[in-house]
Amino acid sequence: MSLAEPPAAPGPSPSASPGGDGSSDDAPPRPPFAQDWRRIARMGAIGAIGQIFISLSNMPVKLDGRAIIEGVLSLGYLSLVVLPLASGSRVGHQIRREGVPHHRPGAHEIIGGAACGALVGGGLSLLAVLIANFDLREPLVNWSPILADLLGFNRGTAFAVIIWLAIGAAVGAAGGLLRVVPPLARRVLWTMVLTLFGAAVLESLTTDLAEGMGIEGLIEWFYAPRGGLTITGAIALAAGSGVLAFVARGRIKGAKSRIDALEGPARNRANLGLILATAAVLVILPMFAGKLTNELLANVGLFVLLALGLNIVVGLAGILDLGYVAFFAVGSYSAAVLTAATSPKIHPELPWFVALIGVVLLTGLVGLFIGAPVIRMRGDYLAIVTLGFGEIIRLLFLSDWLSGWFGGSQGITNIPGAEIFGLATVAGTDPRSVFYLVLAFCAIAIYVSWRLERSRIGRAWMAVREDETVAEAMGINTVNVKLLAFVVGAVLGSFSGAIFSAKVGSVFPASFLILVSIVILVVVIFGGMGNIVGVVAGSAVLIGVLGGPKQPGLLAEFSEFKLLIYGALLVWMMLARPEGLIPSVRRTRELHQEEMAQDAWLRGQTEDDNGGRDATASTAATSGSTVEAARLAGESA
Amino acid sequence: MSAPAQAASGTQASGPAQQPILETRGLGVDFGGLKALDGLDLAVYPGEIVSVIGPNGAGKTTLFNAITATVAASEGDILFEGESLIGLDPNRVTSRGIARTFQNVRLFANMTVLENVMVSQHCRTRQSVFGALLYTKAFRNEEAEITERGKEVLSFFGSRLTGYRFDQPAYTLSYANRRRLEIARAMATQPKLILLDEPVAGMNPTESAELTGLIGRLRDEWGFAIVVIEHDMEVVREVSDRVVVLDHGVKIAEGDYADVSVDPQVIEAYLGHGATA
Repeated sequence: MSLAEPPAAPGPSPSASPGGDGSSDDAPPRPPFAQDWRRIARMGAIGAIGQIFISLSNMPVKLDGRAIIEGVLSLGYLSLVVLPLASGSRVGHQIRREGVPHHRPGAHEIIGGAACGALVGGGLSLLAVLIANFDLREPLVNWSPILADLLGFNRGTAFAVIIWLAIGAAVGAAGGLLRVVPPLARRVLWTMVLTLFGAAVLESLTTDLAEGMGIEGLIEWFYAPRGGLTITGAIALAAGSGVLAFVARGRIKGAKSRIDALEGPARNRANLGLILATAAVLVILPMFAGKLTNELLANVGLFVLLALGLNIVVGLAGILDLGYVAFFAVGSYSAAVLTAATSPKIHPELPWFVALIGVVLLTGLVGLFIGAPVIRMRGDYLAIVTLGFGEIIRLLFLSDWLSGWFGGSQGITNIPGAEIFGLATVAGTDPRSVFYLVLAFCAIAIYVSWRLERSRIGRAWMAVREDETVAEAMGINTVNVKLLAFVVGAVLGSFSGAIFSAKVGSVFPASFLILVSIVILVVVIFGGMGNIVGVVAGSAVLIGVLGGPKQPGLLAEFSEFKLLIYGALLVWMMLARPEGLIPSVRRTRELHQEEMAQDAWLRGQTEDDNGGRDATASTAATSGSTVEAARLAGESA
Repeated sequence: MSAPAQAASGTQASGPAQQPILETRGLGVDFGGLKALDGLDLAVYPGEIVSVIGPNGAGKTTLFNAITATVAASEGDILFEGESLIGLDPNRVTSRGIARTFQNVRLFANMTVLENVMVSQHCRTRQSVFGALLYTKAFRNEEAEITERGKEVLSFFGSRLTGYRFDQPAYTLSYANRRRLEIARAMATQPKLILLDEPVAGMNPTESAELTGLIGRLRDEWGFAIVVIEHDMEVVREVSDRVVVLDHGVKIAEGDYADVSVDPQVIEAYLGHGATA
């Protein structure tokens, strides 16, 4: 795709625009106090409300126990400085447009950031005063002295008022400063901050890995015994990552664009190399990892499988399926019935791999049954109906009517692990083997997605997604094609279900709540709809770090706020980067069509109508009013 | 003109030396009481270019929609190569051999130029999921074949849709090229009859003159029968073997351009009552 060429990458994220690139040097600085106070007040107020909301959601108190840097910063306090920083930085954002003057960032940004940050921090000051004087525990459960103590650092209300104004101003000023410093410094700073955050957050993972590799000594130096980085460890990490970021500046991007620029066989070789390297890491890593990490990886893998399946339905064929959990449930239950001796009605006790054939057939059939009535609908109606079917399936498994088959709310327990050709038994007690099994099926799912996307079927799916009426008029049997997407998605989901039941050893209707559907959909949207790598990345970030609907992630402390964070992330993503974390080229185009067309026009790459690549005004003229005139003339002839 | 409904007579068109490729008999389309088409008889013979003209709201696009089964005919019959199309799904009509373009260009905007003409060969190809997954020889052959045919169809329009443009998304094309791609997409379905809905609308005079030539070549080189809806009378005069004039869903005149253009009823339909005086 020529769009991936280096000059053709118009940064969709606004973060690309600020900074001191060459062109801004001749821009005049602004006097520091000529602020847009109205904007500052507005953003400050929004931030303050956000702060109060976060506080009352109990996040700071709950997360205070988890240290980021020992004795300096806890996750709880971190949750209170994110907003001042973000709004302090955001308030200095200038929209750069051709022909509209902009200003060189300077003291103006820092002062504005500080003012805005102080307002945001002031939200907490206000809250501290309110808590001290009123008792609203009745509706607001977290309106507690504990929160007041946390806000006041145990030194009373007056201190809380002053300190949060000060912290807000300082952090906001830092946010403003981010706009002033040159891009390289900003990048180095960000790398340091993210490394520290990542190292602290991923503590259990790194510890687990280090134990596997026998380097606990190092870990003890970096991490404090009660969690969090030691101060020396933090300084070392920050310095190390800062140096690394400085050395690597631009190289990663350069390497990426070099790979993107490759074409033909060279590109294929590069891709193959990347895939093999990734596969090697994924195969070798679990050998050194402990139970915890492997458990986590297995959970991520299960969701990758589900998300890949849903990606075919939603991402490729454009069918918004909100009841995808139904196929996960059918896969789990059919595997349970076919393998477990304890299954109430029939219990053929098939070996897992034999049962898998039955699982695939059954789920495919269920996919057909659900799909057939649903698929004739479009858009919102379809989404609502799938939502209903998702619940119906769960309620059927729960019902007394079928409890003779599926055990009702008791579910089916004592499901044996998956026997792999007599080589090994995959069960929840050995998460490593589960991960390898999941990995194998993920590989299959990725292959299936990749091959289908580049086939006649995949193109038909895309055509249906683009314009169903036209697709039909171009000879595509849209009903069949959509049904096929439904069934393929269902089968991929059933793999996940079959592994899930072997892993957990029991299935209950409660495992298949509507929430699972939503989470999978969020994973797909967050990761990048229609892109395999994006979907995998989305699962890794959301399921791995935050945790799945019932599975704990790396941030076990967050589990209570998981959905809140999911929601916030989703909203932010839709605003800032609607194409997802790692978008598909196509999806990006779709969402940024106009901007890209305009960029291409500005770069002079718009075609004229005579087959040339040179830009002339002819495009504008063609669509302009002259045509209308010509047409009218023709009409009256 | 106002032929009685012949819905009952679903028999083969008998008689003429050459059987029409497309024939409508007493075709009517109702939109809740509004008769968009009323008792329309129309025949298109192989290798013929027929223009359908008429003022706005005359039912021209409705005629296309009825033929391609996008809207249901409420009375009458549509015969394609002697067989009725009534009750078929739009995709079946296309696979029988009728392709169309749309008045307001409707490409698969985010698919590439080449993909647009590949996907429209869907009904001519047979490979299933398994072929794609196993990457069989048959699958690869078919992919190569439709790529080849796609490129061939695109090269009909000179260099405009070829080369680096194969892999460009359709929305990057200029307006005129989008119209061309739409025609290419229709050609790729391997039809016998092409329905062009205002193919030169929005084009400048040079472009529309060129496309007029292409419509002729479509018939001569590719052997399609063509029905074209057009407002541009230059184009109509150039391309048509026969002109059909619709007004309020009724055929008011039919014949070659010279005859139709002086027909008092046609002039009245276009310019209003009293203009014939």
